[in-house]
Amino acid sequence: MRTIEVSEITQAIKEMCIQANHFLSEDMKKLFNQSADIEKSPLGKQIFDQLKENLQIAGEDMIPICQDTGMAVIFMKIGQEVHFQGGSLKDAINEGVRQGYTEGYLRKSVVRDPLERENTKDNTPAVIHYEITEGDKVDITVAPKGFGSENMSRVFMLKPADGIEGVKNAILTAVKDAGPNACPPMVVGVGIGGTFEKCALMAKHALTRDLDDESQKPDTQWVRNLEQEMLEKINRLGIGPGGLGGTVTAMAVNIETYPTHIAGLPLAVNICCHVNRHAHRTI
Amino acid sequence: MERHIHAPLSKEEAKTLKAGDYVYITGTIYTARDAAHKRMWEALERGEELPFDIRKNLIYYMGPSPAREGRPIGSAGPTTASRMDKYTPKLLDLGLGGMIGKGKRSKEVLEGIVRNSAVYFAAIGGAGAILSQRILSSEVIAYEDLGTEAIRKLEVKDFPVIVVADSEGNNLYETAIKEYGEKQE
Repeated sequence: MRTIEVSEITQAIKEMCIQANHFLSEDMKKLFNQSADIEKSPLGKQIFDQLKENLQIAGEDMIPICQDTGMAVIFMKIGQEVHFQGGSLKDAINEGVRQGYTEGYLRKSVVRDPLERENTKDNTPAVIHYEITEGDKVDITVAPKGFGSENMSRVFMLKPADGIEGVKNAILTAVKDAGPNACPPMVVGVGIGGTFEKCALMAKHALTRDLDDESQKPDTQWVRNLEQEMLEKINRLGIGPGGLGGTVTAMAVNIETYPTHIAGLPLAVNICCHVNRHAHRTI
Repeated sequence: MERHIHAPLSKEEAKTLKAGDYVYITGTIYTARDAAHKRMWEALERGEELPFDIRKNLIYYMGPSPAREGRPIGSAGPTTASRMDKYTPKLLDLGLGGMIGKGKRSKEVLEGIVRNSAVYFAAIGGAGAILSQRILSSEVIAYEDLGTEAIRKLEVKDFPVIVVADSEGNNLYETAIKEYGEKQE
């Protein structure tokens, strides 16, 4: 049994909220540069240049990359041998978000009630996903999610008979409908299988993949092939950077799969703009 | 074509802007997004004045992040314009000069732009740090309680935007995609 003070979690979450909103992860930066090199449209290239300069200014002058500093989505993978002390874990996580968004000059974008819409003024509560794993470590991913792209995300309850063609059509439909609204060049997270909520969660989690980490790539060959094929298909849509035409509409398609029911083929597409933020830390 | 324009914007000048033009705006613009539009709409329904004279002015769909000490504003990129579609045709008919945002507009908005010789510009979504540096000053002039969604008067210099929808009914989002889109097998 390993004991962890919840104050340590608060501190980590606070730092990660600020980090994620000012600095893209190394893999995303690399992907960004690679994508800029293959864009063919002159205006698209100009937009990529602007976005690269934007990233530089964000880091140097500590101005958030995007003014929509998101709703804080937090994945907690907690080793089953960990014992937390010093208070409620949930409160500690939200306190980290509160401190990060307040002290880090991040925008407060959360309303307490979806219809009454009063701003909570500290960007809490976070959306927290807990998973219990083996071992005595706590693995935290903070992924602030902007809503320009979140609003363009979709769940499709396909039929088993729709098969692979149905899967491809659904992904393309979601991206085509999103168009310029989702701030392309985008990253497309896809969840296939599971249940209604499981596929949506996989699509969200797929966006947090470290593209430089081979072990995070799909185990199954058909999934890897589908990622590549869909990236090519999406980029033939012509939407381009800023939706103003071009050959790079998506920079990556990340797919996660899970066993499902004999009667179903659930599929979710969670779109993220080019500011695909995720900070990662193991405690 | 690259253009430098001044805001507020006359109809005569708006008519010279064409979809695809890369435009640098200098002058005064106003921010308003979801909640401010809803309030302006309710004010009009009650027969009240709007909090600023919208005639010839440009509304920027934007809610900034907080400013650090010594700076006028935080990150300041555009938000998705379509959420304001419900309110925009009426504002255009009342004389609004144009809008800055990102993403598609409804048929009603595009018709309103043509009818009133207005213009819809896109700023690059997610370029909030760069755009922040083109804003010289920011002052909340209405609905302060809305926080980031309050109406702000901004002085901007060489604020970079692209004409998406012009007064002749051209729509860059449609034409540009056709240029680069390929048939799927």
